[in-house]
Amino acid sequence: MTAARLRAAALTLKRGERFLFADLSFEVLPGEALILRGPNGVGKTSLLRLLAGLAASDGGEVYLNDQKLAMLSPLHRAAVLYVGHANALKDELSAEENLADQLALDTINTTLAVRLETLNQVGLLGRRQVIGRKLSQGQKRRIGMARLLLSDRRVWLLDEPTNALDDAGVALLLQTVDAHLTRGGIAVIATHLALPLQGRVKELVMQEITR
Amino acid sequence: MSLFKYSAPSSFYPLAGKMVPWFGALASLLCVAGLYLGLFVAPEDFQQGEVYRIIFIHVPTAWMAMFIYLVMAGYAVLSLVYQTRLSSMMIEALAPTGAIFTALALWTGALWGRPTWGTYWAWDARMTSTLILLFLYVGYLALVNAIEDKKRADKAGALLVLVGSVNVPIIYFSVKWWNTLHQGASVSISQGNKMAATMLLAMLIMALACWMYAIAIALCRVRAIILEREKNNAWVRTIKEANV
Amino acid sequence: MKVQTPAEFELQTPERGLLVAAARDIKLAMRSRGELVQALVFFVIVVSLFPLAIGPETVLLKRIAPGVVWVCALLAVLLTLPRLFQQDYLDGTLEQLVLSRYPLPLLCGGKMVAHWLTTGLPVALVSPLMGLQFGLDAKELLVVFAGLLLGTPVLTMLGAIGAALTLGVRGSSILMALLVLPLYIPVLIFGAGAVESTMTGLDAAANLSLLAALALSGMVAVPFAVAAAVKISLD
Repeated sequence: MTAARLRAAALTLKRGERFLFADLSFEVLPGEALILRGPNGVGKTSLLRLLAGLAASDGGEVYLNDQKLAMLSPLHRAAVLYVGHANALKDELSAEENLADQLALDTINTTLAVRLETLNQVGLLGRRQVIGRKLSQGQKRRIGMARLLLSDRRVWLLDEPTNALDDAGVALLLQTVDAHLTRGGIAVIATHLALPLQGRVKELVMQEITR
Repeated sequence: MSLFKYSAPSSFYPLAGKMVPWFGALASLLCVAGLYLGLFVAPEDFQQGEVYRIIFIHVPTAWMAMFIYLVMAGYAVLSLVYQTRLSSMMIEALAPTGAIFTALALWTGALWGRPTWGTYWAWDARMTSTLILLFLYVGYLALVNAIEDKKRADKAGALLVLVGSVNVPIIYFSVKWWNTLHQGASVSISQGNKMAATMLLAMLIMALACWMYAIAIALCRVRAIILEREKNNAWVRTIKEANV
Repeated sequence: MKVQTPAEFELQTPERGLLVAAARDIKLAMRSRGELVQALVFFVIVVSLFPLAIGPETVLLKRIAPGVVWVCALLAVLLTLPRLFQQDYLDGTLEQLVLSRYPLPLLCGGKMVAHWLTTGLPVALVSPLMGLQFGLDAKELLVVFAGLLLGTPVLTMLGAIGAALTLGVRGSSILMALLVLPLYIPVLIFGAGAVESTMTGLDAAANLSLLAALALSGMVAVPFAVAAAVKISLD
């Protein structure tokens, strides 16, 4: 696995007529976490989606290892893992099946034993047969955490990852992100909570633009 | 680079403003000349009498109906490949004009059909494909109006026009094919190939008039779209202040 | 030299994306079988309405059979189009598909294969039965079946473009019908035309080959258009 650097150069994004942010530049180096802060509606989710390559900017570029993200092939662009508000889980599938499907899409080969062990780590072993519709919001978040634990992607973009998690869940999340940073990974996290991460942490406070 | 200078809405706006009166005047002049030639100078048709004169409206509008969709497809390619905002605005500005020309072609066709074939509507290949073309225009307008985010509406509209334009020849071919299969049910229009020179000239002048009108009105509309989209930009505010 | 991760290594066969996406959607469809059957039942009921509305006149019914069966198949497929992307759009799966290492056109292709296997194919399979109600003979039934087999993939593909473009838009189902139905006309003409030419003693091969040509050219081009539409809708 190669280390990855993420750089935003003069990013500008408009929603309709309104500027969400303008000329936003920052760099995240291997082993670093960037915490996005700011009031609701300031554009944290939009920024994460831009960094993931899901949305197009109104100016500026996102660089992954000094290459324009927009120019990369799916294979190389997929160094980025994005976990949004939606859990991408299916109501009809069991916890284990949901995890298996997500990993298949992530091109990660796992055996059933590995998946069950990971579900155990996130405290869902007893609920592995339960279908998505019957899982609580926090339990759904924990499946997402199992996916993070098995992920080989270098850049994690997490949108309010602590939502719906209990204290033990938040502790597990911190531990997972810290392990990722120690391995030289990158995380960009939008959150309202104080996240006591062990690794190097930068903060970006976003403010509403009035003009 | 100089060519792309005008692809920025702020520099295209004044240019379009200067061009509108010229195209508008040209359209009016050609229209007067074409209608005079067509209605007063051109001889009466020995089979259809005076009724045939509607072709001076019908044929040019039918041509423009197809031509404008083609132009929109060209802008759609520009919009998707070069991501120029102005191209999407041009598509949006042309679509209503295209739809109106299509509707006019159908309407005048029906008015012409009644006295000559005895029916307002026949499932003739050309009429049917024009009707489908109208559906395509309406589909585009509906999609662009339903999407609130302008950026998304632009791209979605461009993609739809492109998909539609690939399908237009297939649709046209299939309708012709269908028409030959059902020969008995339709009226075949015999093309008068011994059309008088003045008739042809009048028709060509009218087609030019329609073309100039389409350009003038599309430029007017694109100016309105530019103002609406960029109303918070500094250059629009200076225009507003100058006009007050 | 760059060291490949196991995942990158596996991606020497990116076409696996087609299988992954298709398998996933088929599995999901099998979990909600009720929904699957609904489209089929809709097709059967609407076809059966025509004799009730027109009267049991055998000659007339046979005359309109090709058109009726094809229009109903078209509507049945149209009704199932939201299933292609709607749920994935709402629950965030679509974003993950876009960010996958697999090329998006292939994933979209896989979804379309799954959609056809669960809608177009069942409709084609029951269509001879519906044709029987209208007094078609064995050869005509075969042409109905063959036509739908070739034509329904095109309905799925063109529909997928409309479904992707209208994701998350107000009143999207009617809008989608507005966009998609004009594009369906060639399929309708060739499909119904194949049956009619058989009825008049002509060969159906020309119409059927045209349907096959549409299906084949669609398979090459449409996945790219659908992928572009999906990206536009997520932006």
